[in-house]
Amino acid sequence: MVATNALSEVIFRVRRFDPAADAAPRWEEHRLPYTLGMTVLDGLKRLKETIAPGLAWRSSCRMGVCGSCGMFINGRARLACNTQITELGTHVVMVAPLPNFDTIRDLVPDLVPMFDAHQALMPYVIRGDRDEMTIPTGEFAQSAHELEQFLQFSYCIRCGCCMAACPTYATDPRYSGPMPLAQAHRYNADTRDDGFSARRTVLAGEAGPWRCHYAGECSRVCPKGVDPAKAIQLMKRELVLDYLRLRRERCPAEVAAKPAGIKRRDGIPEAPKPTI
Amino acid sequence: MRDQRLWTWHVRAGVVILVFLGLHMAIMHIDTVLGLFNRPGTEAIDWSNVIDRARSAFFMVTYVVLLGAALFHGLYGLRTILFELNPGAGLKKGLSVLLTVVGVGLFGLGTWVAWASFGLARAL
Repeated sequence: MVATNALSEVIFRVRRFDPAADAAPRWEEHRLPYTLGMTVLDGLKRLKETIAPGLAWRSSCRMGVCGSCGMFINGRARLACNTQITELGTHVVMVAPLPNFDTIRDLVPDLVPMFDAHQALMPYVIRGDRDEMTIPTGEFAQSAHELEQFLQFSYCIRCGCCMAACPTYATDPRYSGPMPLAQAHRYNADTRDDGFSARRTVLAGEAGPWRCHYAGECSRVCPKGVDPAKAIQLMKRELVLDYLRLRRERCPAEVAAKPAGIKRRDGIPEAPKPTI
Repeated sequence: MRDQRLWTWHVRAGVVILVFLGLHMAIMHIDTVLGLFNRPGTEAIDWSNVIDRARSAFFMVTYVVLLGAALFHGLYGLRTILFELNPGAGLKKGLSVLLTVVGVGLFGLGTWVAWASFGLARAL
């Protein structure tokens, strides 16, 4: 951590690349005055407003929620909005697009392969009772302990930082990568879901968790504190138990009975009808 | 399905290696304390103990099982490392076939050695 009173100027080294005009990426260096509380995203915005109007990146919420501004900042995949300049321990900020992805332009990575792998693993609740899924009559019962089994994995914002840090994803394009695998585990571990068999068709093959050798970088860089490496190891265990026919099959959670003997107070309107 | 099956056998082979290497350590290195496997007052590598083990069908079987487990575990690990170099699909298949042939060949050779030494020791 650099003391804020010691920081007056920040040097931004930004990787620029326009496939339509450039043969290869190049680095640009710009100097900006430091302002208190400045994040890397703030710096990029200042750059765009003052010096480099053509600079391209993705961002939206600027509060670590949307997952759009994943970038490679000073040698580590991070969210630009969530990274204070003072956290970096230097006044030189090197910003490049996330590694392990093609670059669309400047700091914009092509995340389509990640979302294709994500989609292939069916990251949603799958159940046999389609009527209940289409027109829900109530909530599926789930205990606090059952929720704990997958809760942390549901904090993933699909920013791609884990994919950029994964050495296996860097070398094996058939490997799904930490984000899609952690999300597949998130739904496999959800007691409301009954889609393990459907996801197994993908997970049991080359796209599954087998190439992970537990470098653990995905968990180290995750800006939301999710532990994809743990999800992958838990998934391996489930799949091994499944192959040995030792996996405990479970029935998906039933619709919880509505509480009996409760009367609506006067003046409180009915809830609107479900829209999905 | 194939990768799930191979990984499960990799784990199984690891467990077999753990058990049999434990047995190996117990017999060869700590039996002076345990006194379970070798003749009293002798070393594990004394001729009498070596011949006792060579005559035992139990040990002959454990040698073959350990050999199979170690070969599978090691060669699958090597295959994983080689696949991280991102070879093409054809080369991947070629590597898998080559490693399978090497594994089966070494397993056959080792099994023959274990069986032959079992027969020789019993003939002594």
